[in-house]
Amino acid sequence: METKTGEPLIHLGVLEEALNLARANSLWPMTFGLACCAIEMMAAGAARFDLDRFGAGVFRPSPRQCDLMIVAGTISKKMGPAVVRLYEQMPAPKWVIAMGNCAISGGPFYYPDMYAIVPGADLLIPVDVYVPGCPPRPEGLIEGILLLEEKITGRGRLRKFRDVAQ
Amino acid sequence: MLERGLEEKYYVLNLGPQHPSTHGVLRVELQMEGEFIVKADPDIGYGHRGHEHMAENRTYLQFLPNLGRVDYLHALAYNQCYCMAVEKLLELKVPERAEFIRVITCELNRIASHLLWIGAYLLDLGAFTPFLYCFDDRENILDLLDRVTGSRLTYCYYRFGGVPRDVDDDFLAGCKAFARRLRSRYRDYENLVNKNVIFLERTKGIGIITPEQCVQYGLTGPMVRGSGIPYDIRKCEPYSVYPLFDFEIPVGSTGDVYDRYMVRYREMEQSLRIIEQAVDRIPAGPIMAEKVPKRIKPAPGEVYVAVEAARGEFGIFLVSQGETAPYRLKLRVPSFGNLSILPEIAVDTLVADLVAILGSIDVVVPEIDR
Repeated sequence: METKTGEPLIHLGVLEEALNLARANSLWPMTFGLACCAIEMMAAGAARFDLDRFGAGVFRPSPRQCDLMIVAGTISKKMGPAVVRLYEQMPAPKWVIAMGNCAISGGPFYYPDMYAIVPGADLLIPVDVYVPGCPPRPEGLIEGILLLEEKITGRGRLRKFRDVAQ
Repeated sequence: MLERGLEEKYYVLNLGPQHPSTHGVLRVELQMEGEFIVKADPDIGYGHRGHEHMAENRTYLQFLPNLGRVDYLHALAYNQCYCMAVEKLLELKVPERAEFIRVITCELNRIASHLLWIGAYLLDLGAFTPFLYCFDDRENILDLLDRVTGSRLTYCYYRFGGVPRDVDDDFLAGCKAFARRLRSRYRDYENLVNKNVIFLERTKGIGIITPEQCVQYGLTGPMVRGSGIPYDIRKCEPYSVYPLFDFEIPVGSTGDVYDRYMVRYREMEQSLRIIEQAVDRIPAGPIMAEKVPKRIKPAPGEVYVAVEAARGEFGIFLVSQGETAPYRLKLRVPSFGNLSILPEIAVDTLVADLVAILGSIDVVVPEIDR
């Protein structure tokens, strides 16, 4: 049983950790493209970049089957309510990646005179990881997903590389 | 829902705005009788970003990156059209080498766009493997373009008066190697897709558009060529250095979904031919026009320039009043015109066929909404 925010009512300790490990390594993203970044999201899932290596390549068209929403593109004011509804339809626990400058802050399309867009996905839904770029390269999206894994489990694949770098 | 002319005896089905086969954020309001469609009403505007409004608030050069984001699949044709429009206003003469570089990169981009369409379209029809094949080939083009333009998708490569960076011999050799590679893959595509019985059953005789309808609705690009009309701006109103090259315009015969698929499939080969001829005959010389003004401030006037993009005729109508920003910039996008045929051909088809028809129109929604 879970509360509305996705925070569980009862913490199950070790079991929770094991569950998180499973969740982090089988993130199911939603097939949800808004604009240009969606093409790079497709490229990340296709032959060369192969998101399946990280267990995150099972793109599901229905929000009911997903636990990861990749907001890939500009959110127009007309699309805003649909984004919120899609997020609410996803079962908890759920995570959001804001991919590209438009989803982070409105990107190149936001300026004082602009009337059409929502400057940032975090004005509508809670965002876990921001991946900058216009559009980000597929490697950028993969790093974002690895960061999200780190956030879910508390330990990540990237940490190993960072220790080596230091 | 009912105030939009929908009748109560039919039920209403919303396709989109989040639906994997709408290729973005298109919404189609379907009026259904059982499995059959009585009326299909596209609802656009979910990707509106106000490009035209931005043009009036930016200088000419500042607006250039936007063109890579109107239709992000064939960004270089849009770059080229805008540069040609401003060059026409400024009366700049582009050096021949720059024109050749533009043609090579633009055609590479066209192949990338068609490959992505084939992959995504077959994904709509339920075939996953071609998607991986197409993206594998497409990545090779992106490597080549990445090398000269510096980006993978939303290119901003051309400048007013030429191109900013020259191509090297490795790039030209890479273009030839890519042409050999793609030709060696035709057999795979033919075995995997073109002879696939399920694919043929789902596409032949579906969504037929007659040549008269093409003219009535102002369709352009592969939509009109699929119905047998050989209309291609590169041949009909030649621009750049296209008249120098020998290439054909593939046309269909019946105007169904299969013909539109085949037109795009065969266009890739023609683009390869253009690339090979251009690589062989690229002249040495400057890549930027002389006397390009530092501050772009064209004399008052108006100009319309059209190019053949992967989806059809893309045109820019530009009005200058002698300011640093355009007075008005109108984008004539092919997807908008092509989508307008949907209510006509979707009637009396099944929902599953609507997905095949909608995919064959090859809409890019942020381009329609601009």
